[in-house]
Amino acid sequence: MLDDFLIRALIAGLGLVLATGALGSFVVWRRMAYFGDSTSHAAILGVALSFAFSMPFYLGTLAVAVGMALLVAWLTGRGQGMDTVLGVIAHSALATGLLAASFIPGLRMNLDAFLFGDILAVTRSDLVWIWGGALAVLGLLVWRWQRLITASVNEELAVAAGINPKFERLILSLALAIVVAIAIRIVGALLISAMLIVPAAAARGFARTPEQMAGSATFIGALAVVCGLFASLRLDTPAGPSIIVVSAAIYAVSLVAYRK
Amino acid sequence: MTAALIQARDMTVSHPGADLPVLSHVSMGIQPREIVTVVGPNGSGKSTLVRALLGQVALTSGRVERARGLRIGYVPQRVHIERAMPMTVRRFLSLPTRVSDAQAAAVLERTGVPGLEQRQIAALSGGQFQRVLLARALLNDPQLLVLDEPTQGLDQPGIVAFYRLIEEVRQETGVAVLMVSHDLLVVMRASDRVICLNGHVCCEGTPQVVSAAPEYRALFGAEAQGTLALYRHHHDHDHDHVEEHVHGPDCGHHHHHREG
Ligand SMILES: Nc1ncnc2c1ncn2[C@@H]1O[C@H](COP(=O)(O)OP(=O)(O)OP(=O)(O)O)[C@@H](O)[C@H]1O
Ligand SMILES: [Mg+2]
Repeated sequence: MLDDFLIRALIAGLGLVLATGALGSFVVWRRMAYFGDSTSHAAILGVALSFAFSMPFYLGTLAVAVGMALLVAWLTGRGQGMDTVLGVIAHSALATGLLAASFIPGLRMNLDAFLFGDILAVTRSDLVWIWGGALAVLGLLVWRWQRLITASVNEELAVAAGINPKFERLILSLALAIVVAIAIRIVGALLISAMLIVPAAAARGFARTPEQMAGSATFIGALAVVCGLFASLRLDTPAGPSIIVVSAAIYAVSLVAYRK
Repeated sequence: MTAALIQARDMTVSHPGADLPVLSHVSMGIQPREIVTVVGPNGSGKSTLVRALLGQVALTSGRVERARGLRIGYVPQRVHIERAMPMTVRRFLSLPTRVSDAQAAAVLERTGVPGLEQRQIAALSGGQFQRVLLARALLNDPQLLVLDEPTQGLDQPGIVAFYRLIEEVRQETGVAVLMVSHDLLVVMRASDRVICLNGHVCCEGTPQVVSAAPEYRALFGAEAQGTLALYRHHHDHDHDHVEEHVHGPDCGHHHHHREG
């Protein structure tokens, strides 16, 4: 059954969605959209490094994404503006990555697959990475759930309850780094943050609690993966962008249906 | 004297960029079962004092000692709840420690907003939200309630009921209360100890002592006359508290109390 590329693509997409539904909700609640965008763009440097040192690109992207999160935390802690720090680091990393890629023949040919994703080409070992990463993210979020929610509602209330918001923020950065690493093959560096934000934004209208929003975002993401893949097959469109376009359509419908 | 729940020693706090400290050399403690109220004009550092005691702002010098594992119920002066996060009152009460439906219903009843469980936090009126914040602070058997202007936005009967509730809860559970308030008249009746703050501790002691203190009358002018009248008849006969009348720096003056 796993021999069919379409089945593999479906399993990969649904695995990713398992992580992006809940994490994407946090990205929306905490206004981390730009952070997500920057991390995924920076991951191109990780891809280049992985090719240069011939290791699995999952490790390289993960390392660069984690490194970027720590660097950003450190610089903003020293009084630099978040937007500026992100803009500088992420785009420097992206530019360096593109530059490096031009020197690596194996990557020069394949760069598109990492910028725009290539879900139809995922292999069995990709599936292990993707599901392993997605379950790790989900486990991380479930483990810290009450603390993460409290810290996202209001940091002052969280601190008074003995929660360390800086630590919870780091947990989210780590989860984001893992998602970037596993999503880059599926939707591509340019569209990872859309995969996080669009289903969560669409879920907002249906939800009355944070849990309902995370659940609905997961469901909407799954629906988008299934519909997007079939649309891509029938219409011969690129798969990653098709998935995002379907989520965007669901978002538009949710706006109209739940206009209050 | 039993061990203080929370104790500040020679605490100085400056905000970044400001040349003068917001609080200088503040020492104060809160004993179990005690109701302590901080009064002072706008900008006198009341919220900063509260936040420093809770460990929310860094100290420039001095230190704060908190009892190990101290359970605090906190109502900040201003709480911003992100609208992007759907949140019912019921769910909010379970952050970060889950409470049963029965506990949630009981505490909402007590704070005068029964049956609000399924409402969205963002859709509450200012006074309703204030009562929900108080309800959340009362849950999980706190040892210390920290309430920064808790009666803001409450209607007149609500304010009266609020102070009655605080007294009741103290009777039942022995909770200590640190409160910031501008309701001078009520404060004087409801507190065991009053701290008059203006960048430093101007004067502190029982309500009788503080309302007679020249520093207090200098700070509050005409309004202080009202509270003084409340206690004038006590004051002539009640000199037991004079030794509790502590002077901060820059508040030096001669004692006008007749020696008993
Ligand atoms: N985050 C901050 N950064 C810089 N200055 C601050 C900050 N917070 C408070 N201040 C300043 O510190 C001083 C004390 O503020 P604080 O909020 O403690 O006053 P307050 O006594 O609670 O006043 P109010 O009665 O208006 O609530 C004010 O002059 C204020 O401008
Ligand atoms: Mg204040």
